This record gives sequence, structure tokens and C-alpha cells, in this order.
Amino acid sequence: MKSGRMDLRGLEETVMRGLMWLALCLVAGSLLLIVAVIAIRGLPSLSLAMLTQTPRGGYYLGKEGGILNAIVGSLYLGAAATGVALAIGLPVVLYINLYARSSGLTARMVRFSMDVLWGIPSIVYGAFGFIVMTAVGLRASLGAAIVTVSLFELPIMVRAMDEVLRLVPREIGEASASLGATRLETAWRVIVRQAMPGLITATLVAFGRGIGDTAAVLFTAGFTDRIPTSPGQPAATLPLAIFFQLGTPFPEVQGRAYAAAAVLTFLVLGVSLLARFFAGRFARNTVK
Amino acid sequence: MNGTHLQVRNLSVWYGDRRVLRDVTLDIPDRRITAIIGPSGCGKTTLLKCLNRLLETGEDVRVQGQVLVDGEDIYAPRVEVTHIRRKMGLLSQKPQVLPMSIYENVAYGPRIHGERRRRELDRIVEHYLKVASLWDEVRDRLHGPAASLSIGQQQRLCLARGLAVGPEIILGDEPTSALDPRASQNVEQRLGELKRDYTIILVTHILRQARRIADHVIFLYLGEVIEHGPLKEVFGNPRHDLTRRYVEGEIS
Amino acid sequence: MNLRLVRDRAARRGFQALTVLCCVLVLPILGGLAIRSGPVLKTQPLWRVLFSSDWSPTQGQFGLLPFLAGTVYVTLLAMLIAVPVSLLTAIFLSEYASRRVCRCVLPLVDVLSGIPSVIYGVWGTLLIVPAVSALAGLGGSYSSGYCLLSGALVLSVMVCPFIIHVAREVLAAVPRGVREASLSLGAGKWQTVKRVVLRRAFPGIVAAVVLGLSRAFGETIAVLMVVGNVPVVPRSLFDPAYPLPALLANNYGEMMSVPLYDSALLFAALALLVMVVAFNLAAKAVLGLARSEAA
Repeated sequence: MKSGRMDLRGLEETVMRGLMWLALCLVAGSLLLIVAVIAIRGLPSLSLAMLTQTPRGGYYLGKEGGILNAIVGSLYLGAAATGVALAIGLPVVLYINLYARSSGLTARMVRFSMDVLWGIPSIVYGAFGFIVMTAVGLRASLGAAIVTVSLFELPIMVRAMDEVLRLVPREIGEASASLGATRLETAWRVIVRQAMPGLITATLVAFGRGIGDTAAVLFTAGFTDRIPTSPGQPAATLPLAIFFQLGTPFPEVQGRAYAAAAVLTFLVLGVSLLARFFAGRFARNTVK
Repeated sequence: MNGTHLQVRNLSVWYGDRRVLRDVTLDIPDRRITAIIGPSGCGKTTLLKCLNRLLETGEDVRVQGQVLVDGEDIYAPRVEVTHIRRKMGLLSQKPQVLPMSIYENVAYGPRIHGERRRRELDRIVEHYLKVASLWDEVRDRLHGPAASLSIGQQQRLCLARGLAVGPEIILGDEPTSALDPRASQNVEQRLGELKRDYTIILVTHILRQARRIADHVIFLYLGEVIEHGPLKEVFGNPRHDLTRRYVEGEIS
Repeated sequence: MNLRLVRDRAARRGFQALTVLCCVLVLPILGGLAIRSGPVLKTQPLWRVLFSSDWSPTQGQFGLLPFLAGTVYVTLLAMLIAVPVSLLTAIFLSEYASRRVCRCVLPLVDVLSGIPSVIYGVWGTLLIVPAVSALAGLGGSYSSGYCLLSGALVLSVMVCPFIIHVAREVLAAVPRGVREASLSLGAGKWQTVKRVVLRRAFPGIVAAVVLGLSRAFGETIAVLMVVGNVPVVPRSLFDPAYPLPALLANNYGEMMSVPLYDSALLFAALALLVMVVAFNLAAKAVLGLARSEAA
């Protein structure tokens, strides 16, 4: 009787272990499958012309041209939106960790608000961006997209940076303060330096999410074959280019969508690898 | 006893509902080493942190009473705290180097206080590293990261860094507790030399250390000053029974 | 007063202002959507907009039921697939896996969560849609493959890394001593996980699932690309569905040309926002509760 129970227990253990391995393989496998499928379907259509030319006449019917407009648009958008989010987010994170008490009411309110914003789907940011745009009489443009995407990136960035700054030992700030440094000097010259690798990671993560998002820019970026030269002009982005090209009935154009997907995938993977590289690293002068 | 820059008047501190300092009134003698002794949790570090207002009043912390530095109450409203902190160098339990090079650690203070001339900064860095007797060990790697120094060297670097802003007072919060015996001895020697020019206040839980280097002793027990006075009096002829039991090792 | 202090004070003011801005940022979003969705609510009552299945914008009928149903079906189905897979993976990673396996797998999970949703969509059309179509063929029915099941499959792959991440953190927060106590009583590894670790971590796990749910709820592009987008309430796994976010994304172009259309769509956005935020707050509350209990 007793050994029977033991056997049952052993069996359960084995079955559960098996299921766990299966689940793990499913998760890891689906990643490999995604990258493999995108690479296999995308790379054959990828050519130098695609990366270096803007769409020519009849491009969307399968004629000459490339997606340079979307690549450049994505980089502009990602860089500018990340810049805006950083300019708002970093001071806020410094404020709640250095000026206000880290466990105090202000800090709790900011964290709560960021949790709420973080949960909002990007399509809702898109809709909000659209409302603001029409309310102030703007048309869909790079500028409107930058505002929308920076809003979308802000909570991602703030939450990540908050985690980083919470790990900075209090004593480092005290050491600086005891030398007569003001809070700003302590924040800027000591705390930011200490946390630099983590802050870079947070920024890169936000950048990756920003350039990858479609729904937030669908209403706000407009779409054009030209490379924008000012924030007032409409802009294309890679996700939009993929989305629209896939919607055409021509196989050549769909092939280009796959190629654009491969470009976007490798871009985002590159950014995410770079972010990981910084995350596991201490800057030369970081105090452990 | 000569004059005093630093006076504490009726100082009480609460953490939430807990009162950690009760009505502390003290004159700290100039150019002497004053040791604050007492069992752990008796408020030694809190008292020390009050002296340069590192203990900021906030939601959980309440401070009552006065800390007078050169006659100015540092807990008065609207007081400008950075110039007060500048008058005091701090050595913490675990040496806390800043995330920059050895050179920049020492130059940090003078720089934020407006010193821009490269030559002058070089001079300051060299001078104070020599005072902390660290110069010979680091002269070849001044621009290497400070975090790569041994822990004993880091504590001396912190000392040099603190002195470089030209304080009158040095606060030490068990500055040797993280160090090995040789490094501790080195730091103690430096402090012994420095008392010619500086007022030094040292929190320590090592009675022998207090005996070795202090001139003046404050005995704190559960947030109250039980006794304070010259070393010989407090250790040799304690007026209070608690002090006697503490210095004889009955309570710790 | 010197320049340093002036600068410090100015910075403090600036930082403070930005902090306040961040605290109230959700209000204009909520307010803007609410104001713009007002007109449609004036012509028909709230319950009718939410629960009527008559969607004919040109006739002024804006019943969101098919879209709500589409969203709920796709999300629930996706969670049905994703929850067991992610929880098993999370348990494996936190309880069984060696440090080396963790070091290999965790970056993969991170990367998976960083892949843009449009890529998931492309992958779905290339792989999942034909596969589902074939599956329907095997069952003797016809489906284009652009259907509820495809949407749910793609979505489940998307939320997995997310649930794994949160669940792993929750499991890691269970104190070591609890496991050791159980193991020292002679319980097996799985026994310990099932009876002690999971019980202790249960509220956190629930929160992880709800957070994943709210993420899935708002996902737009990837689902839109594979789910078919026909505004009827789906009756089988192989029927097309039309989730709320897809409705928004597909119609932004023409919404200004039909009266009240924009208002109805922005109301849909508002509804989406309110639901997702409610899920998130509930999950956060549970997590907070679990944390304060653990402390």
C-alpha cells in the first residue's frame, strides 16, 4: 500500500517534469520558429535596393523602389520619442528617488500612475493622439507620432529606471551630500553615473518598444513615400510599411513586407541584445 | 577645555513613534577626538547624522531641539544646508567611494564648490591624498576607478575626499568597522594626527579604540546621554553606575 | 545666494512639475476619450451601445456586442492556451532548472517579449493561418484560417513571456525556508511545489495571469492580421471574429466621414481603456496584498 502511494507520487513527479519540459520547449521553440519563418520568407526578397531606395512610382504594384523611407522614419520617430520620454522620465525618476522619500506619497502616486499608463494598450494611445491632433488642427505627421509614441514609452522607461535607481545604495548619495553637494549635483554627477548602465538599458528597451509599435502610429504618423524633413510632415515607419504592404494582393509587394519584417526583427533583436549587454555590465567606475 | 564650534541643545529625535534620542545637550570640544560610545541601537549613529543634518526631517523622522554650528541652528527653517555639511567631513561605516576615478573622488568636492583651475585641483588632490597617507599607493593610478582600491584604501580615500572641501569637523561612524586590523590602525593613526587641526567626533562600539584615541567620551544609553567628559574621568572614575557597568563590559 | 543653489532650486521646481504631470497624465487621456464619445451616448443609451449586435454605422446603429464578444473570446481562448504553458515554464525555471538552463532560457523569454506585434502578425499569417485552415480541413469543415483560433494562438504566444516573467518573480519571492521545511519532512519536489510553493504564491500567480489578460485584451495589430475581422458574434473556433482594438485600427481612415462614427469608435477606445485599467488595478491590488502578507 505504502509503496503504491510512493509510486503514484513518483509518477506524478515524472509527468509534471515532462509537462514542464514540453512547455519550455514550446516557448523556446515558438521564438525560434518566429525568427526562422521571418528569416526564410523575408531574406530572399531583401535586396540592397530595398534598403537604400524610397518607393518609386508603381511600387505598391510591384515595381521598383525600397523601404528606406520607412527605415529612416522609424529611426527618426524612435530616437525623437525616446528623447522626449527620457527628458520627462529621468527627472521624474530622480525626483521620486532622491528628492521625495522613495516610499513616500509622491513616489507612490507616480508609481501608481505609471502602472496605470503602462497597462494602457497602444491603440488607445493612438486614439488619444488622434484626438489631440484633430483638436489642435494638426495633420498626421512625424511630430504627432513622436508625441504619441513618447507617451507610450514614458511608463516603460520610468518603471525600468525606477527599478535601477532603487538599487543605488543610499550611502552614495549621503557621501556626496556630506561634501556639501546640492541634490542636483548629487543626482547628476553621482547617482546618474552610478546607475548609467541600467539607465542605458532602460532607454534602449523603451526605444525598441517605440520603433516596434504599430497601433500608436497608425492614426498619427500618416504614411508617405518620402523621407520626412521636418516634424510637420507625414512619415512612414517600418511596422506601418509591413502592415500596408501585406494588405496588397500582389505577391511581390507581400514579399517586400516579409523583407521589411526581417529588417524590423533584426533591428529590434539588435537593440534588445545591446540592452542586455549593458544590463549585465558595470561601468568602469561603478561602485559595487 | 577650549572653545567649541559645535553645540547640541535639547535634541530629541523620533522615528515614527519611537523616540531614539532624548533631550541631548552637549558641547563638543574643539581639536579633540570625541568618542560616542554605547550599546548598539542606543542612537549613536542618529546623533552623528544629526550633526550635519544628514538626518532629514520627513514623514517618519521628527527632530526637536537645536544643533548649533558656529552659533547657527542647522535645523532652523530656511537654513542653507550645503555650506554646513561642507564644514564637516563624514567617514561612514563602510567606505563609500563615489562612482568615478580616484582623482575625481577627491576633486569632486572642490569642483562642486567652484574650483575649476586644473593646477589647483591637482595640488589639492595630491595634498590631501598625502594627508591621508594614500598618495604613495595610488600616485600611478590616479585615474583608475576608485572602486578598485582595497577597502582600507577606500576609507582613506574617503578621508582625503572629506578633507578636500576644507571642513573644521570630521564625523566618523565606526569608520574602522569594515577594515582589517592593519588598515584600522592606519586610519586611527591618521585621525590622531588630524586632531591638531580638526575637531573629530567618532562613533565606536569598540571600547579599546575609544581608550586608545579619544580625549573625550560621550556615553549614550537608550537615546540618553548618561555621562560625558574627559576620557580619564569617564573610564577611570565613572560617576554613573550604568557607565561603570558598560566600560567594565558587564553590559554591551 | 549663489548660482549653485539657484540652479538646485530651479531643478527641483522643474522636476516637481514633471512629476506632477506624470501623476495626472491619465486624466487627459480618460477625459479626452470621454468627451469625444459623448455624442454617440446622447443618441443611444449606454447599454444599447454595449450590448446591441446591430453594427451599421451608415444607419447610425453602433452596437458593439460583436466586437466585445470577439475580444472576450479571443482573449479567453488565448489565456486558456497560454496560462498552463507559461505557469509550467515559470515553475520549471524557478524550481527545477539549473542556473545554466536559466541563463539560456531567460534571455529568450525577454527577446520574445520584445518582438514587435506586427512581426507576430506576419508570422501568424505565414504559419498559423495555413495550419489552422488545414486543421479545419481535417475536421471536415472549410475555414480560410483567418479565424478565432488563429487569433488566439498568436495572442497566446505573445502573452506567454509576459506571464512567465511576472510568475517567476512571484515564485522567487517565496522564501527558501518554506521549501526546505517541506522537503525536510520528506515531501517530493513536485509535492513541495504543489502543496507549499504554489499555495504561498497563489495570489501573485493570479495577478500574473490577470496582468497577462489585460495585455492580451488590448493587443491590436497581431490579432487584427489573423482573426478575420467580420462583425458577427463567432459561433465556432473556425469562425472569424472582430475584436475591439481591430475595429479601431481598421476604421480610423473613414471615421470622420460618417456622422457619429468617430464618437462610437472613441467610445470603443474608452471602453477598452477602462476595462484594461480595471484589470491592471485589480492585479496590482492582489500583488500588493500578497506582498504585505509575505512581509
